[in-house]
Amino acid sequence: MSARTHRLSGLLIWAAVVVIILLALFASASSPFLQWRDPVYQLASFAGIGAFVLMLFQPLLATGLVPGLPGYGGRRVHFYLGLLVVALVSVHVGALWITSPPDVVDALLFVSPTPFSHWGVGAMWALFAAAVVASLRRFLPIRYRNWRRLHVTLVTTAVAGTVLHMLLIEGVMEPLSKVALCIVVVSALLIALARRNQRV
Amino acid sequence: MTSTLFSRRQILTATGGLAVAGSSGLLVPASAAGLAPTPTMRGGPNNYRPGAPIVERIGGGGFTMTGRVRRAGDGMPLPGQRIQMWAHTAEGHERDPHSHGATLTDANGEFIMDMPQIVPAFGQAHGHLAYDSGEFKTVFLRPLMASSSDTSLHVEFVLEPA
Repeated sequence: MSARTHRLSGLLIWAAVVVIILLALFASASSPFLQWRDPVYQLASFAGIGAFVLMLFQPLLATGLVPGLPGYGGRRVHFYLGLLVVALVSVHVGALWITSPPDVVDALLFVSPTPFSHWGVGAMWALFAAAVVASLRRFLPIRYRNWRRLHVTLVTTAVAGTVLHMLLIEGVMEPLSKVALCIVVVSALLIALARRNQRV
Repeated sequence: MTSTLFSRRQILTATGGLAVAGSSGLLVPASAAGLAPTPTMRGGPNNYRPGAPIVERIGGGGFTMTGRVRRAGDGMPLPGQRIQMWAHTAEGHERDPHSHGATLTDANGEFIMDMPQIVPAFGQAHGHLAYDSGEFKTVFLRPLMASSSDTSLHVEFVLEPA
């Protein structure tokens, strides 16, 4: 493949990704369920969706696969987006707590009747642990390679848990665009892992 | 020489027979031959507001909640029992007082309530019902709708004396 067709196919892939993100957001914003939810509940829904959309960029930023953001620049953005994902998940859980405290307490204690709550809460702890491990990198007495394995294992768990959480939920996300978004996020993670493993 | 107590064929026949008996209900002990009480469901009591008023209809109605209340053991219908219900509907959240209401069972132990359309909340389209009047053990139900476009839901309460 010539450099030019390579660049063109890259452009097409990114265009497809952006279209899927916009479709998923648009379909969610036109969900009929929204009319029966107060603003705090709506905030909870979209904070969750936003966190998942950002998860798509994280592995690509970390491995320098985002156009215009190779190397250190990509990892800086990765750091700030990571903080934003943690913040959005906290808003998601906090706003759900305000909407229905007993349901969130059940979910956090893993005694909820809904299996997707277990996956969601598991993913949340994996995400928080990944963020802590990332911020403590310089202080952890482990080699860089093992630190990376730990961080990757935790974020992979977070992505897998979030996907199960989303697929089992009947919520504001429209089913088809939800599945498409999940495929894109999982693919981004797998592509980044494959690229990285080739190099290391 | 084989010294096994049972041949493989005997074990297979016996376990197969047990499986058939178990799945057909032949192994239910005689003492529990009657109707077993309904257990409280996980999450059932969430957003419960004790003492919801007895109403003709909750809000504007449009969704039908039906149910039957029977006594554990002999399965006798229980008339005059107070059943409370609430849900996230097209007219309000579960915790809103106007999303709650109660009704009494008729002579056949059955009840029917006209309430607003239940809409999915916290990931599932579900209702909440409670028997909490003291004469029998308190039971909280959290039934799921097969489809969120359903316009009715039916539940069964089997109560045991408190």
